[in-house]
Amino acid sequence: MTAAAAAGSPVDGILATAAIVLSLLVAAWALVATLRHRAPDRVQLIGLAVLEVALLALTVVALVALGGGDRPGEPGAFAGYLVTLVCLPPLAWVLARMEPTRWGSAIVCAVCLVTPVVVVRLQQTWEVLGG
Amino acid sequence: MGEARTATRNRTNTGPGRLLIAVYLLFAIAATSRAGLQIATKFGEAPVAYLLSALAALVYIVAAVGLARAGAAGRRLALACCSVELVGVVGVGVLSLVDPELFPDETVWSQFGSGYGYIPLVLPVLGLLWLWRTRHDPA
Repeated sequence: MTAAAAAGSPVDGILATAAIVLSLLVAAWALVATLRHRAPDRVQLIGLAVLEVALLALTVVALVALGGGDRPGEPGAFAGYLVTLVCLPPLAWVLARMEPTRWGSAIVCAVCLVTPVVVVRLQQTWEVLGG
Repeated sequence: MGEARTATRNRTNTGPGRLLIAVYLLFAIAATSRAGLQIATKFGEAPVAYLLSALAALVYIVAAVGLARAGAAGRRLALACCSVELVGVVGVGVLSLVDPELFPDETVWSQFGSGYGYIPLVLPVLGLLWLWRTRHDPA
């Protein structure tokens, strides 16, 4: 508790907030593309790539904190959410490339709506105290 | 050739179907990892709830595979899974409200899937509608 409480959560900062905001922006852009019957465009794919970079950076920060002796409230769930999280943008990318129609954009939108939820759950699994 | 075109138009794994498969995949991942973790770390606390989570996870995986395979066998598989899901989410939803003691810990299907934005309730309905829409698939 001591080290973790003193250092604060490594997954609750500007990086996590940026990832959430970026993900929601890409989701909104993809939603507009879906409504306009547009296939996933460069903006969506670049958005997914930037999102993945942000999530990988978040993972590195979390791993550094773990290496420094900090421990999440629920280690197993934290690891599970972290692994899932970095897999989401690539999943959206692959499926979007397989489906070059409006539904590809819908897939990007759906995955980018799920990503912020996973980020928040990740933060919760770090912070659970005395669990 | 004409047959092939019809097949493409009615396949369960293209267009909106691909979105459905994507959501099923997300739920398969969510349910599998959750159930796996619960069974591995605290199975004794709520065995029924955790086994149910595992069953739900399996159903989501098989449904995604069924929709993605898109043949006659895939359709039957998806139909069976969507039906099981619908019965499961409604049944567990009712039971979890009537007798909360039965499920001391959350499952994907508790309270009609409220923990997951009620998507577990909507998903099988969309799946069945999609299978109905693509029912003229010659395969």
